Amino acid sequence: MLTKTLTVALVGNPNAGKSTLFNALSGLRQRVGNYPGVTVEMKKGQFTAGGLTVDLIDLPGTYSLAARSPDEMVAVDLLLGRRPEEPRPDVVLSIVDATNLDRHLYLTSQLLDLGEPVVVAVNMIDAAEAQGVKIDCTALSAKLGVPVIPIQANKGIGIEALTQAMLAAAEEAKAPVGPAFPEAFEKEVTSLQTELGADVPGFLTRRLLLDVGGYVEAWQVEHHGQDLKQKLAEARQRLADAGHSVPGVEARARFAWVRAAVAVGVTRPAVRPVAFTDKLDKVLTHRVWGTLVFLVVMFLMFQSIFLWAKPLMDGIDGVREDIAKGIEGNMASGPLRALLVDGVVKGVGSVLIFLPQIMILFGFIAFLEDCGYMARAAFLMDRLMSRCGLSGKSFIPLLSSVACAVPGIMATRVIENRRDRLATIVVAPLMSCSARLPVYVLLIGAFLKEGYSSWVPGLVLFALYMIGFVVAPLVALVLKRTLLKGATPVFVMELPAYRRPKIFAVLRRMLEAGWAFTLRAGTFIFAAMILVWALLYFPHRDANGESYPNRIEKAEEAAKSNEDKLKELKAKPDATDDEKAELEKLEEAAGQADHLNGEWKRSSYLGRTGLYLEPVFRPLGWDWKIGMAALASFPAREVIVGTLGLIYDVGDVDTKAIGNDDADEEAKEKAAGLAKAVKDDWSKDPIRSKYGVAVAMSVMVFFALCCQCASTLAVIRRETKSWAWPAFTFVYMTVLAYLGAMVTFQFGSMIIDAMG
Amino acid sequence: MPALSELIVGQQAEVLAVTGEPALVQRLYEFGLLEGETVEFLGRAPLGDPIEIRLGNTRLTLRKAEAAGISVRIV
Repeated sequence: MLTKTLTVALVGNPNAGKSTLFNALSGLRQRVGNYPGVTVEMKKGQFTAGGLTVDLIDLPGTYSLAARSPDEMVAVDLLLGRRPEEPRPDVVLSIVDATNLDRHLYLTSQLLDLGEPVVVAVNMIDAAEAQGVKIDCTALSAKLGVPVIPIQANKGIGIEALTQAMLAAAEEAKAPVGPAFPEAFEKEVTSLQTELGADVPGFLTRRLLLDVGGYVEAWQVEHHGQDLKQKLAEARQRLADAGHSVPGVEARARFAWVRAAVAVGVTRPAVRPVAFTDKLDKVLTHRVWGTLVFLVVMFLMFQSIFLWAKPLMDGIDGVREDIAKGIEGNMASGPLRALLVDGVVKGVGSVLIFLPQIMILFGFIAFLEDCGYMARAAFLMDRLMSRCGLSGKSFIPLLSSVACAVPGIMATRVIENRRDRLATIVVAPLMSCSARLPVYVLLIGAFLKEGYSSWVPGLVLFALYMIGFVVAPLVALVLKRTLLKGATPVFVMELPAYRRPKIFAVLRRMLEAGWAFTLRAGTFIFAAMILVWALLYFPHRDANGESYPNRIEKAEEAAKSNEDKLKELKAKPDATDDEKAELEKLEEAAGQADHLNGEWKRSSYLGRTGLYLEPVFRPLGWDWKIGMAALASFPAREVIVGTLGLIYDVGDVDTKAIGNDDADEEAKEKAAGLAKAVKDDWSKDPIRSKYGVAVAMSVMVFFALCCQCASTLAVIRRETKSWAWPAFTFVYMTVLAYLGAMVTFQFGSMIIDAMG
Repeated sequence: MPALSELIVGQQAEVLAVTGEPALVQRLYEFGLLEGETVEFLGRAPLGDPIEIRLGNTRLTLRKAEAAGISVRIV
């Protein structure tokens, strides 16, 4: 049987219930469509009806087809069949909110000008009835000249009738007629069309004339030169003189047409009833109560990404460790086992570890958006954020980044303005995320605890967190004045009516966010992990050609066989000199494996690079070992703890044990051992022994500002669809980190010198 | 002629003229904020900016700087 495919584009205002209708129509058969050159994603779904396969494209929510950015233009081009990826839609499905019919039908009236059949779905008909609004869809349909179907997308009511109407409209394939514009306007369009030629569709010619400074104008002026700009200005002036100035002429023509139809099809109560939203907004946007509620909501969200995610993350880590142990127990040692355990399993683990935070944050965001609170949050925070050139919509992404930049950057999708969104993405990694904490705790514990007042460690930690909160807005401000310069974006925003969120929709958003991250960002994170593993593993033979892993294994076995003897000697209070000598020997043997491991890592490719780059690290007060550990932490900042453990001969140190009182004794001992080893190693060296505190501060400032986080870079790449932005972020943050660390060390060592 | 940004909470006003950046004016028109419409001033954000207004059944928020270009007549 030959099945025909029908293409349907779903268009509507934000908050019209577009996603709900999309899900109701296409069920689980969905995928994400990507369009080159733009950051928007459009979902595509498929269903069958009346023997036809229907491809449904969900266009981004919009108030109008007046495109002002490449992203908005994609939607218009798609509707006009001007995108190579998609056929011209057979039917345009226009979803409108029954409680806000006039405003939503404005967009519908623009859709009528596309020349394709349009079907109108009036959503939330129950909510309108509750407000006393009666909608006669038959009368409305007669006035608008297109089918009008009442639906309740969230309950699946009216979906069947809607599908039938779409099929019938596609069959009939009749172009609807939109509102009439003044004759003077039509005359200008005709003469402009002659100028542009037949290649430009009439729809876009009208937009060219109407949208002052819009996308079509920029595009056509680039094509036809400044001459066209002059002609446009003249045409607009003639219209203004005739009392039809743009863009008012469009709004008046369309709203007059919409209101004429609504006057016939809709009966409203004489007095507008006080709605639930009115009452709730009195509290939620109130100076005191609104702020209080906002703070509580933000605190809850923040705590949940931190605390609720933690057991899940520990669970993932536990499974990863179990798998690694399983492999180690069942495979002979060698490069392949090391690749599997330290490369593959660790790599996969380090991707999956983000999922709890991402999904919890997206659960919150979906919930807040669905219930209508998101716009209020932006309203409350706008003044604060506008000081650094952003808008209130940047607040939640930046706040989330304090837990982790990866979900924070994904959360920037709520920002429609491209420049604002990019600025937010680029500064989000500066916010002090939780991965920096182990580095801070380790070094503060080693250098700023003993011999200092008890408030010093806390103060230093606070200062390190503040670096991000101060630097991020400054960088955003600079970016918005230079690289991302442009007209202040229009802030005007709708505060939608409050609604009860649908649990299913929230769960769906959580899963989608998790999937998107795992598939697109995960591969890069994985690759970065493997690369750094290989640079630390090879060459894996010593000067005599013996394999380090083998030597380490032998040393471990030797140490193990002497464990009892060592314990016995240690416990002996009155040991003879011979026994003391033996004890010393045994203790050395016990440390042999860690020592060999350190020697191996120091001679690895990464170790050699660190040695080679030592002059670069000198102004920061670092030796090559610190530099090498910093390099090795490229996949993730906290990796520096493990790397330091290896190169300072302490062996494997569990990052989670740093500053964690609940860790098991052995892990805690190792962590304490690392702090001591760092201190001991530095004390052997003239610079680091004298300026230890300055060096520790320099390392911490570096980690506060740097972007040693492959996951962040991967997710920036995913969200901006370009390598340029992650590259830019990495470079500017590394430069900032280097300069910050240098200033810290130079200044710190000056103070130490002055104090004698 | 006062600007929309100068109203006090609870006041209703008729829009007389909408001026500003073309993109802003167009967006306001798209929301139905046309000359001759009546709006109600609902309040300000805790930090004094932006403001919240009601237009028909729609609640809008806009920055004071944006509202400054909308001249109104208090009714």
